[in-house]
Amino acid sequence: MKSVRIIPCLDVDKGRVVKGVNFVDIRDAGDPVELAARYDAQGADEVIFLDITASNERRNTTVEMARRAAEELFIPFTVGGGVRSVEDARKLLRVGADKVGVNTAAVERPAVLAEIAAEFGDQCVVVAIDAKRGDTTPSGFEVYVHGGRTPTGIDAVDWAIQATTNGAGEVLLTSMDGDGTRAGYDNELTASIADNVGVPVIASGGVGTLDHLVDGVLDGHADAVLAASIFHFGEHTVGEAKAHMAQAGITVRP
Amino acid sequence: MAPTVAVIDYGIGNLRSAEKALQRVGADASLTSSPDEIATADAVVLPGVGNFGRCMQALHEADLADAALAAAASSRPFLGICVGMQMLFEASEESPDQPGLGVLPGQVRLLPDTVKRPQMQWNPVKSLTAHPVVDSIDGEWMYFVHSYAVLDTAAAIATCDYGGPVVAVAGRDNVLATQFHPEKSGRPGLGLLRAFVEHIPAVTGSQA
Repeated sequence: MKSVRIIPCLDVDKGRVVKGVNFVDIRDAGDPVELAARYDAQGADEVIFLDITASNERRNTTVEMARRAAEELFIPFTVGGGVRSVEDARKLLRVGADKVGVNTAAVERPAVLAEIAAEFGDQCVVVAIDAKRGDTTPSGFEVYVHGGRTPTGIDAVDWAIQATTNGAGEVLLTSMDGDGTRAGYDNELTASIADNVGVPVIASGGVGTLDHLVDGVLDGHADAVLAASIFHFGEHTVGEAKAHMAQAGITVRP
Repeated sequence: MAPTVAVIDYGIGNLRSAEKALQRVGADASLTSSPDEIATADAVVLPGVGNFGRCMQALHEADLADAALAAAASSRPFLGICVGMQMLFEASEESPDQPGLGVLPGQVRLLPDTVKRPQMQWNPVKSLTAHPVVDSIDGEWMYFVHSYAVLDTAAAIATCDYGGPVVAVAGRDNVLATQFHPEKSGRPGLGLLRAFVEHIPAVTGSQA
């Protein structure tokens, strides 16, 4: 049977969670590992850590975070941000990360996906795609890199197909139009990629209500749904999200 | 005294998680690439991720294939996880030129093209036959990440459904193998590992 995963995402800067998190009775709301363990206890199916540190000391801090996460989490977790090479991936996987997310580096040099896949298997290679609506590409969705600052002129659907036939075992697809709006995923974007690649697609960007998670699956055909703020701000637990999706007829792990 | 569990380290991917999870459920587990430690541990775990052929090749290059075979042929509990399970079978469609260890009967096949590959999700498992370690997880959801699987074997113990029945647990005698990752399957996954560890026979002289 096919089941849909719910994945809380934590943005991490220099080893600390950015964007406020509003859990009661948490010792350190800035500690990504403690927050992730909380989501694990709530029934999260996976967790994604996105490292947005812009400095050079990023790598060691992130590897250290992954090492601690592996001691506390007994569900799969992905680390993305700043992964540029097989060696970067090796360090993270070696200490216990299950998957690595590759974004800008893969657009700049697509072969890095196949290189990591050849070494560790494509199941641990997540191509992270930031896409925005526009009229510059055939599908109407363009790939952006460098944290969404730089347009590439590359068609997002073409890139998703290319990346997943050359090493990526999963797509983390973020709608830049939706991100931060709380108006819902861009389900046209999600469907146009989920319907055209053979690997799982994680919808991301724009969740403001539990209905948006349902829409991401029913309209966007997503295999997994990612959300940040609705969980971080304590509006909903992962358990509530799952109950809501189950009510809508979507199979989720109880 | 906690039983010792040797987690075979042959340089492939994320092996740390299996070690940590076994420690969490009370085993004295450690990653090792020493044939002596594998030969003397109370139980042995063979993890594996990625490509079947590459894992087999790495196991041979690390000179640990014989140690793994000897452990599986002993009476000591032995657990293969994911590609570590697949390697216990005779061969895989993923790497036809690279034979498996042949501890369990059957072939590893590509999942059907009617479903997304890899299967990357949680899926409930269903027991086919009673087994002291596996009984506790009948109906529980486990985390799977794989594009290839054993679809049919005389050694099947539990299945999940993904485009048809997929062997989720297989084994015979002292050998147990899971296609899912118990170390990544939350509470029920740790439950399976705990049952595995609890069924390791007490070491002579370790009991007061």
